[in-house]
Amino acid sequence: MIRLAWRQFRTEAMTGIGALVVVAVVLAVTGPHIVDVYRASPSQLTSTDHGLQIALMAALLVVPALVGIFFGAPLIARELESGTFRLIFTQGVTRARWLLVKLALVGLASSVLAGGLSLMVAWWANPINIENANRFSLALFGMFGIVPFGYALFAFALGASTGLLSRRTLPAMATTLVGYVAARLAVTFWVRPHFAAPLTNSFALTANSQFGFQGSPSGLQVVVQNPSIPNAWVLSTAVADRAGHAPTTAFLSKACPGVVGGAQRASVGKGAVGKGAFLGQMQQCFTAIAAKFHGVVTYQPASRYWSFQSYETALFVALALVLAGLSVWWVRKQLT
Amino acid sequence: MTAAIETAGLTKRYGRRVALSECTLSIPTGKVVGLVGPNGAGKTTLLHLAVGLLEPSAGSVKVLGHTPAEGPEQLGRVGFVAQNTPLYAAMSVTDHLRLGGWVNPTWDMALAEQRIQHLGLDPHQKAGTLSGGQRAQLALTLGIAKRPELLILDEPVASLDPLARREFLRALMAIAVEHGVSIVLSSHLVADLERVCDYLVVLVAPRVQVAGDIETLLAIHHRLSAPRRDGLRLPRDWEVIEKSDTERQSTLIVRHDEPIHDPAWTVEQLDLEDLVLAYMSRAAGSGAQTPTLVGAAR
Amino acid sequence: MNRGIVIEFHLDARSGVSPYQQIVRQVRRALRLGLLHEGDQLPTVKEVVERLAINPNTVLKAYKELEHAGLVSPRPGIGTFVTATLSDGSLAAHGPLRQELLRWLAKARCAGLDDESIEALLQDTFRSSAEEGVA
Repeated sequence: MIRLAWRQFRTEAMTGIGALVVVAVVLAVTGPHIVDVYRASPSQLTSTDHGLQIALMAALLVVPALVGIFFGAPLIARELESGTFRLIFTQGVTRARWLLVKLALVGLASSVLAGGLSLMVAWWANPINIENANRFSLALFGMFGIVPFGYALFAFALGASTGLLSRRTLPAMATTLVGYVAARLAVTFWVRPHFAAPLTNSFALTANSQFGFQGSPSGLQVVVQNPSIPNAWVLSTAVADRAGHAPTTAFLSKACPGVVGGAQRASVGKGAVGKGAFLGQMQQCFTAIAAKFHGVVTYQPASRYWSFQSYETALFVALALVLAGLSVWWVRKQLT
Repeated sequence: MTAAIETAGLTKRYGRRVALSECTLSIPTGKVVGLVGPNGAGKTTLLHLAVGLLEPSAGSVKVLGHTPAEGPEQLGRVGFVAQNTPLYAAMSVTDHLRLGGWVNPTWDMALAEQRIQHLGLDPHQKAGTLSGGQRAQLALTLGIAKRPELLILDEPVASLDPLARREFLRALMAIAVEHGVSIVLSSHLVADLERVCDYLVVLVAPRVQVAGDIETLLAIHHRLSAPRRDGLRLPRDWEVIEKSDTERQSTLIVRHDEPIHDPAWTVEQLDLEDLVLAYMSRAAGSGAQTPTLVGAAR
Repeated sequence: MNRGIVIEFHLDARSGVSPYQQIVRQVRRALRLGLLHEGDQLPTVKEVVERLAINPNTVLKAYKELEHAGLVSPRPGIGTFVTATLSDGSLAAHGPLRQELLRWLAKARCAGLDDESIEALLQDTFRSSAEEGVA
C-alpha cells in the first residue's frame, strides 16, 4: 500500500522537489552575495534583492496553503470524481488502511517539503533578519521556525477531508483555501496571544516616546508608541498612573487645553511641523502627562519564542490529526 | 453449500427513492449468473451491495457466507469489474499489474502477465489511451489475477463493439473453465447472456422478478396460443406471466412446473429473451409482483 | 504436444436448437460422415469455450450425452476421445452418392429452382418417403 501511495504521489512529489531545488539554487547563488553586500553597507542592496526577499517571504506564507490545495484536496476527491474508487475499494486493502497510508505518506512528505522551504529561506534571510526583523512579530512569526510544517500538515488534512466530503476536486480546493486562511487568522489573533499570560512592563514617558491623542467613544485617549523590545512580541501599550488609571478627560482638558477640543493627533519630540505657540502648548501638555503617568507595555518576551512556536505547531498538528481521524471514519461509510 | 450471493429482504433506499425492495435471492456457486433488467433497474445497486461499496437500508446480503468487504480476506475472495471499467488513466498497463500486487495478498503476477501477453497489450501503454475492449480485458485481468472465488462484473460489454464483446466473453468463459470461479455479470442485453449464462436473475426495480437455473426456467415456462375465445378459463395452477390478444388469437406465457398437454392450446418453447421480456413487461404493467424463485440448485 | 483440431464447432444462435444439442448433433454428423475416427480426441472444454464464448456446462453436458450414447469416453486429465463410429460401412457408398447429388443439384438449378425451393423439395420428398417407409 505504501508503494501504491508513492506511485500515485510521484508526479506531485517530483514537482514539489523540483520547485524546492530551484529555490535552493536561487538561494545558494544569491545568498552569500547578499550577505556580503549587507555587511558592507545595507543601502547597497538593490531593488532586485529586496524584490527577491519579498517574493520569498510571500512564498513562505503561501506554500502551506498550496500544499493543502494541490496535495490535499485532490487526494481523495480525484478518486471519487473519476470513479477509480470502485476499483481500489474492491482490491485487497480496506478503505481505512488505504486512506491512512495515503494521508500519512503524502501528508508527511508535503509538510516536510513546506517546512524545508521555510528553513532554507530562513537560512538565506538570516543575516538580514537578525538585525532588522522581529521574528516574533505578527508578520514574521508564521514564516519561520517549525510552524510552517504544522500549517502545511493542517492545510493538507483540511484539503483531504473537504475533498472526501465534497467529492469534487475544485470545490474542495476553494473550501480548503478559505478554511486555511480563516484558521490561520483565528489562531493568530485569538489563540496565540493566550498561549501564556503576557508580561507587563512600565516605562517612563520621555521626550522620545512618541505619543498622541485618539478620539474614542469613551472620550479622548492618550496613545503612545510601542517601545522597542528586541524580538519580543508587543501586544499593546497603554498609559496609566500609579494606580493604573488612564488619563481622564477632565485631567486632559486641564493639562492640554488646546488639544482636547479638536482631538488632534500630534507628534511631539520629533520636530513636527506646527506653529511655535502650538508647540509650546504641546510641550506643556506632555510634561504634565509625563509627570503623573507612565507607559505600560503588554508583551510576550523574546525568550518565549520557541515555546510559542511549539504550541502553535502542536495545535495545528493536533487539528490535522483530528481531521485525518474524521476522514478515516467517514470514508468507511458508503459511497455511491 | 454456501451460496455465492445470499440476500434476505434486501432493501436499498436513496432518500425517498427505493432502488431495491425486499430482494431475497440465493445464487449458487459454480454457475455463470446473468443479472438482467432495464437500465436504472437496480442491477448496479445490487452488485455494489455485494462488493461492499454500499450498505443495505434494510435486510442483509452475504457473499460466500461473509459480509461484503468485511476485511482483506473477503476482499480477496471477490473480484469486481465496475461499470465503465474505471482505471487510472495516467498509469500504464504494467503499473496496474504492480498495483494489483501491492494491494492484493493473493496476487498471481505470473498469471496476470501471461494474460496481458496473450492479449497482446502493450505493457507500457497508459490505460487512458487503451481502446474500450482493451480496458475491459485489463480490468478483467485485474479482477481474476487475485484468484478470487467469485467474479462480479457490472455491464462489462455494454459499450464494446461486437468483436470486442465476443472476445471478452470468450476470455471470460475460458476463465470460468480454467479457474472454476463463479461468475455474476449484469447486462441489459439478453442475447449475450443466453450463450454464456446458466443461471438467471431478472431485476426490474425495485424487485427481483424471477430467478433460477436457465434450463429449469425454460422448461417450466410455456407459450400457449389458441383462437381467441371470450370467457376463457384457465387452470388455477397456471401462472400467467403475459397475455396478449389479437383479433383472432390469444397468446399466453404461462409458468407451470409440468409440461402442458391441453389440446385446446398450441404449446411452444420459449427462448430466454422471450422469457425475460415477458417478466419485464409484467413488471412494467403492474406495480409490485411477487417474484418467482425457481430451483435453487444445490 | 501438437494435436490438430479434428472438429470445429459452430453455433447458430437463431436455429431454435439449444447450444448443447447443436454440439451433440455436430459430433454425430461428423461421425456419420467419417470425419471423426475412433481414437480422435474431441476439443477440450476450454478450447470449445474459448472459440464459441459459451458456458462450459453446455459443452460438458453435450459430451456427457455423447458418452451416454456410447460414442465418446473421457480419459481423466487428458480429454474426451471417440470410441465408436456411426458410419455403418456405408461410408464407401458416400462418394458416388455425393456425385449423384451434385448432378441432381446442377439439374435443379438449370431448371430454375432457387435455394429455398431446392431445400423445400428435398425435405418434402425425404419426409414423404420416410412416412411411406413407416406405413
